[in-house]
Amino acid sequence: MSKKKISRRKFLVRGGLGTIGVLAVGTYLFRNPIRRVIAEAIDSGESPYMGDTSSPVIWFEVTSENNIVLHSPKVEMGQGTFTSLAQMAADELEVSMEQMKVIHANSASGNMDGFATGGSTSVASLWVPLRELAATMREMIKNKAAEKIGVSIEQLSIADGVISEGENSISYAEVVADVSEWNIPDTPVLKDIKEYKFVGRPIPRVDLKDKVFGAPIFGMDATLPDMLHGAVVRSSAIGATYIDADISKAETMPGVVKVIKEPDFVGVIANSLIEAENAKNTIVVDWKVDRKWQTSDIEAMIAVGQGEPYVIQKEGDAEDILSEGENIITSDYKSPIGAHAQLEPNGALAHVEDDTATIFMSTQVVKLTRDEIAERLGLDEENVNIVPTFLGGGFGRRLHTPNAVQAAVLSKAVGKPVKCFFTRKEEFQNDTFRPPTHHVLKAKLSEDGMIEAIEHNVSSGDVAHGSAMLPSILEPILGSDIGAWRGGMIQYGAIPNFRTISWRVKLPFATSWWRSLGLLANTFAIESFMDELAIKAKKSPVEFRLAQIQDDNRGFRLKEVIKAAVEKSGYTDEVVNGRAMGFAVSTDANTPCAQVVEVSIENKEIKVHKVTCAMDPGIAVNPDQVRAQCEGAIIMGMSAAMFEKMDVEDGQLTPTIYGPYQMALMKNAPKQIDVVLLQNDDKPGAVGEPPLGPIGAAVANAVFRLTGERLREMPLQLKSSKV
Amino acid sequence: MKISFTINGKSQSVEIADENTPLLWVVRDILDLKGTKFGCGKAACGACTLHVDGEAVRSCSYAIKFVEGKEITTIEGLGNEENPHPVQRAWIEEVVPQCGYCQPGFMMATAALIDKIPNPTDEDIDKNIINVCRCATYYRMRKAIHRAAALNTEASSSTETQIS
Ligand code: FES
Ligand code: FES
Repeated sequence: MSKKKISRRKFLVRGGLGTIGVLAVGTYLFRNPIRRVIAEAIDSGESPYMGDTSSPVIWFEVTSENNIVLHSPKVEMGQGTFTSLAQMAADELEVSMEQMKVIHANSASGNMDGFATGGSTSVASLWVPLRELAATMREMIKNKAAEKIGVSIEQLSIADGVISEGENSISYAEVVADVSEWNIPDTPVLKDIKEYKFVGRPIPRVDLKDKVFGAPIFGMDATLPDMLHGAVVRSSAIGATYIDADISKAETMPGVVKVIKEPDFVGVIANSLIEAENAKNTIVVDWKVDRKWQTSDIEAMIAVGQGEPYVIQKEGDAEDILSEGENIITSDYKSPIGAHAQLEPNGALAHVEDDTATIFMSTQVVKLTRDEIAERLGLDEENVNIVPTFLGGGFGRRLHTPNAVQAAVLSKAVGKPVKCFFTRKEEFQNDTFRPPTHHVLKAKLSEDGMIEAIEHNVSSGDVAHGSAMLPSILEPILGSDIGAWRGGMIQYGAIPNFRTISWRVKLPFATSWWRSLGLLANTFAIESFMDELAIKAKKSPVEFRLAQIQDDNRGFRLKEVIKAAVEKSGYTDEVVNGRAMGFAVSTDANTPCAQVVEVSIENKEIKVHKVTCAMDPGIAVNPDQVRAQCEGAIIMGMSAAMFEKMDVEDGQLTPTIYGPYQMALMKNAPKQIDVVLLQNDDKPGAVGEPPLGPIGAAVANAVFRLTGERLREMPLQLKSSKV
Repeated sequence: MKISFTINGKSQSVEIADENTPLLWVVRDILDLKGTKFGCGKAACGACTLHVDGEAVRSCSYAIKFVEGKEITTIEGLGNEENPHPVQRAWIEEVVPQCGYCQPGFMMATAALIDKIPNPTDEDIDKNIINVCRCATYYRMRKAIHRAAALNTEASSSTETQIS
């Protein structure tokens, strides 16, 4: 069907920043109105879909077996998007789940996201457009069927992709078989959610079998006939610039086809991966390195008061109240450099011929990769086809893809397909890291033990600036880094005076998007501090928070998740049988999430036994996959909060391998995770990142109740061992 | 040199110049079985786990020269859609995978574990299942491992009844 001629009529035009939700909490201080609008859009979680929704023809294909192939412009990196999209489409198309197949749309198909897959926006941004496309497609086929059978459209009924009228029936496949011209009707009215058979149900993942039986679905699994293997030398030093290289030895190594020197890198092409790597290791590169950075240098840079400050939230007069006087409470918190450590390394299989290029790879940025390769090779963008594969983890690591450009350059040099991947050491040293942060929180309590004024200062390396998620033209307009302050605002709108200031610092190594951006560290700081304040005020940490949430819709949803988590977990301040509970709550992209953890100390280490998570993402298109995201995010968040840390030693980022880069493993995973899903919104919201928010603070708060020791630095490590 | 072994029930010989080539790359790039994954190349993540004579082995750090005459099983040989291994059935029933990249390694490690310890306790699982999953699907994996053990015991006891 995708080859057929259609009469194109733009009927589903969306995009731009047209649908901005009104933010209930706080007032932005951006003097520039564009800054304010963008900031509000991001915080409200309403990111519009940025691709072509003008015709179902580039989205759906009907196969001769009467199955529907959905060409998804959003990539599948584990978050379950393919399954949710299939459910949404199947319900409007009136086909069964078994009839739905989902594949990645390649860039040449024209169905391309102008932006990226990330930021927990895939299902939310396609909720309306995809169902409208599916409904439109159904009507298009139905109209043709009516013509063919010779009845009016009202007389037709549909079940599982078969259209019937009395004795007559015809399948979608039969209808589309000989249609060459489609008329696109007006967008039909969508069905009532209550009529849906699949949306809202725990349908098994559509990629489950491929992933259980070991199908070759990842970027690293891609092969082409006559394929060669490439290897590119990457620096282990921070800030190294390539000058020149001695390749004489490499050229003589077994299996080597060619060694190439480009203005910015040197690479090898060989018959096998091992041969390419062996030859690469003999190349001596002349790198220019200006400075040998150390962890202490980085720590000195990431400090509130350094860099450029931006006030991102302000209500009342916190500045004045907190500037002097008695009873001002202050605490500092810190988080380290974090690595993505996704299991599948970055890389690509490129095939460049004459004036075309085809690239197979795991990427979150299809369009950006296409444009970069076209520019480097001097090709027309239409002649570069990015074929996305399943991602062996994304987490923001695949928003930058110079590796695809390098693979393409290598392929062009030999006129054959070349596959070129990072080694694990290169992944660890050339990552686009989660930046370290420093937070200063200040507050004053009123006589009745409520917060009179509170202020959060956060210093962070860049997150969104320089990433594909934020067009660089917006950088000077926005100023502050929206990624760095994600989750950094005060969510307790009933506090009379509050303010958040984001300090922007440029670090000497690449920092960027890491699942949930600033949320993890910001929530750790704010929610630990809230706990400290509650204890000072001699109040239950739960009641203390509930009392300071405003009465509006956002406040209502926040209170509901708090109550649900408390009720499900039976939260108590008491230590029972050597175990204590900790509580924390966050709001990310309009999805509130509250968590209660239960910890003990075993062999002088923090042991998390149980986590209760109550989250309100609005409509859960696939509740089982929303739960799976919560479970995974909780353990990944524990991993980051309790174990992970990159250091800088003599100019290099270290460690460079799993193990020394400590992460949560099976033995650290809680044996019980209870997820309560609330749905107090009439559309699906963010899911993949919000549940990472509360976990760090919840663990630290529990540890304080158990030991009296307040841990203000990630990774959380006990100093004393009183228990 | 020529090396002969059995892989997923079939005899196989490969001609290889460097006898220290890791088994992983022979399996992936010469035999084109892509289910066994590369994660680190240093025996640190378990993505490359397969079985050599029934033992779970990290194939990125296992030289091809050592497999002469041995029996190798990869995820493709563990089971298939028509005839899934109990571990694969359990993985499907618990909907374990997210990105899925680490999962073959975990399933191979689990299959070897329940072969040795038919009913592993949580402590057995903690001690033996030490692969890395960045999507952190550990919570469902633990449930799936217990389920796989139960399915496996069921399956073997029903074959025993048939035999007797
Ligand atoms: S690839 Fe073998 S253990 Fe990581
Ligand atoms: S499922 Fe993604 S790494 Fe395990």
